[in-house]
Amino acid sequence: MVEAFEILFTASFWIAAIRIASPLIFATMGELICERAGVLNLGIEGIMTVGAFAGWMTVYSGGDLWLGVAVAALSGALFGLLHGTLTVPLGLSQHVVGIGITLLATSLTYFTYRLVLPEVTSPPKIVPFQPLPIPVLSDIPLVGPALFSQTPLTYLAFVAVGVVAWVLYRTPLGLALRAAGENPAAVEAQGISVTAVRMGAVMAGSALMAVGGAFLTMSAFNSFFFEMINGRGWICIALVVFGSWRPGKALVGAILFAAFDAYQVRLQQLTGGVVPYQLFLMMPFVLSIAALVVMSRRASYPKALMIPYRKGER
Amino acid sequence: MSDTTRPSGVLPVTRRGLLQAAGAGAALGLAAGFPSRLLAQDALKVAAVYTVPVEQQWVSRIHKAASEARDRGEIEYVYSENVSNNDYERVMREYCEAGHRLILGEVFGVEQAAREVARDYPDVAFLMGSSFKEDESVPNFAPFDNYIQDASYLTGLIAGAMSQSKNFGMVGGYPIPEVNRLMHAFMAGVKEVAADARFQVAFIGSWFDPPKAKETAFAQIDAGADVLYAERFGVSDAARERGVLAIGNVIDTQADYPDTVVASALWHFEPTLAKAVAEVKAGTFKAADYGVYSFMKEGGCSLAPLGTFEDKVPAEIKALVAEKEAAIKAGTFTVEINDEEPKSN
Repeated sequence: MVEAFEILFTASFWIAAIRIASPLIFATMGELICERAGVLNLGIEGIMTVGAFAGWMTVYSGGDLWLGVAVAALSGALFGLLHGTLTVPLGLSQHVVGIGITLLATSLTYFTYRLVLPEVTSPPKIVPFQPLPIPVLSDIPLVGPALFSQTPLTYLAFVAVGVVAWVLYRTPLGLALRAAGENPAAVEAQGISVTAVRMGAVMAGSALMAVGGAFLTMSAFNSFFFEMINGRGWICIALVVFGSWRPGKALVGAILFAAFDAYQVRLQQLTGGVVPYQLFLMMPFVLSIAALVVMSRRASYPKALMIPYRKGER
Repeated sequence: MSDTTRPSGVLPVTRRGLLQAAGAGAALGLAAGFPSRLLAQDALKVAAVYTVPVEQQWVSRIHKAASEARDRGEIEYVYSENVSNNDYERVMREYCEAGHRLILGEVFGVEQAAREVARDYPDVAFLMGSSFKEDESVPNFAPFDNYIQDASYLTGLIAGAMSQSKNFGMVGGYPIPEVNRLMHAFMAGVKEVAADARFQVAFIGSWFDPPKAKETAFAQIDAGADVLYAERFGVSDAARERGVLAIGNVIDTQADYPDTVVASALWHFEPTLAKAVAEVKAGTFKAADYGVYSFMKEGGCSLAPLGTFEDKVPAEIKALVAEKEAAIKAGTFTVEINDEEPKSN
């Protein structure tokens, strides 16, 4: 039992937790932006797949790692444009469009993969982002290695949280975005186009989701696999709710979920095979649901979430 | 799903579309200015249905054997990859209707449905990766699997000698028989050399999540493992980053990890395919356990060349491996087949 607690005080455990959290942080921020503007984006799983492939493929074709991140973001924004066009000006069901985007994006990714790489016998590899310890800061016990000995993309994930929070709460753009999700008529009354704000939010949010996917192929691992997103997108939908649509809380949620995940793989090794492994795999999800129940009691969701805005409609 | 039917001299002859095909063939023959006749008459029409892309370790071995047989002119080979389980039966039926005489694939998720298809097409031979044994009531359906426990056992001997901590990490996808028996054989090999070995066994609940496999491997290294059994992609990467060793499974990845992958148990599908093709051509294909053609004495598996580790593996272990290998091939030593879920100890 003592060993089980000791794990929580090892640097490697926290390094793993932050590493597992990184793609979730990107994608959760992306989903959060969309939802704060009033659009539920269920295309997240597919858009992450697109990002994972586009970023990796760019590097595999000889591009720079950061160019890969940019291409991933751009391709995510393109799918965001499609999602936005269907859900914002056309006002179609956000559930149906979202699932459709996920199916289209994943299938299109596989199709492109096979067109580009028709005859590969083993998954091609790239040289991914390497850990970049920040001097001095990374020497702090426990926190140092966990937060400051990661790859540049992980640092970018934390920067993204700061930027999203700052834009949402400290800029006129953020105000318009939040208002578009609460009371779009008020935004229109200010002479701002709700359509433009929502479209922009969905595109920017989708770009972040795609970078989250790219983290998996360009930092956590070095090659692209079919179905490697493996439900991470859906987790992020729950994390937005967990975080009550607030960037800071959502960040805590992502790290908490990742910590549970990092903990369960370590606990699996301790119990000597007495406990079925499925129980451990379940743990992060069960604990997240429990936390969700507690946290979301006072959650206030954007009032205009999933309600299409039609100009002049009462 | 991508269907990669290759252009060949023979037009697809289906039962339903025989007339159209014959007509079209004649038209094509006239247009091209040569008499219509069947080319490569002896080539058996083989179709494969895979649930995963052909890069995946397990399927890549089947794809390789079939591609090579195609290149030798023994078979005509078409395949569909990444077919989901709920689509699997349909694709099987399409290939049957298209006149393919041998269907290859993996029915671990559609055992019952695949046998139903076999019942509906008694003239087509089915050679399918399966967790179950042959069934006399479906005489045209033969199961196979990668029974490469002989080679896995040999890698265990080497792993046991190469470990300093005698602590071994094993990351698997799901505990299905195919995974379990190889892990057990590996563990049996390790115990032969290091009786007090400690094994950490973990399953990630997915076949395709290398980042998760990698995280799990990191956790095992943190807990003291210095040799990892790489059942999944991602494990060797964790081993390389932490400077510990890894043992390969099914494919040889040493070229990618020259200082990490010590030895690999290779699966060769060629004997299994050759046997099936010969039986179908002779008209004698029947329900039988094709798993045995993956055994070492049939040439179905082997220990990969030690390569970069040739000089690092102790000579006495190499002698022991050679001795056991000879005994396995001679039939005087049998590696136990244990399909139970392996546990940490």
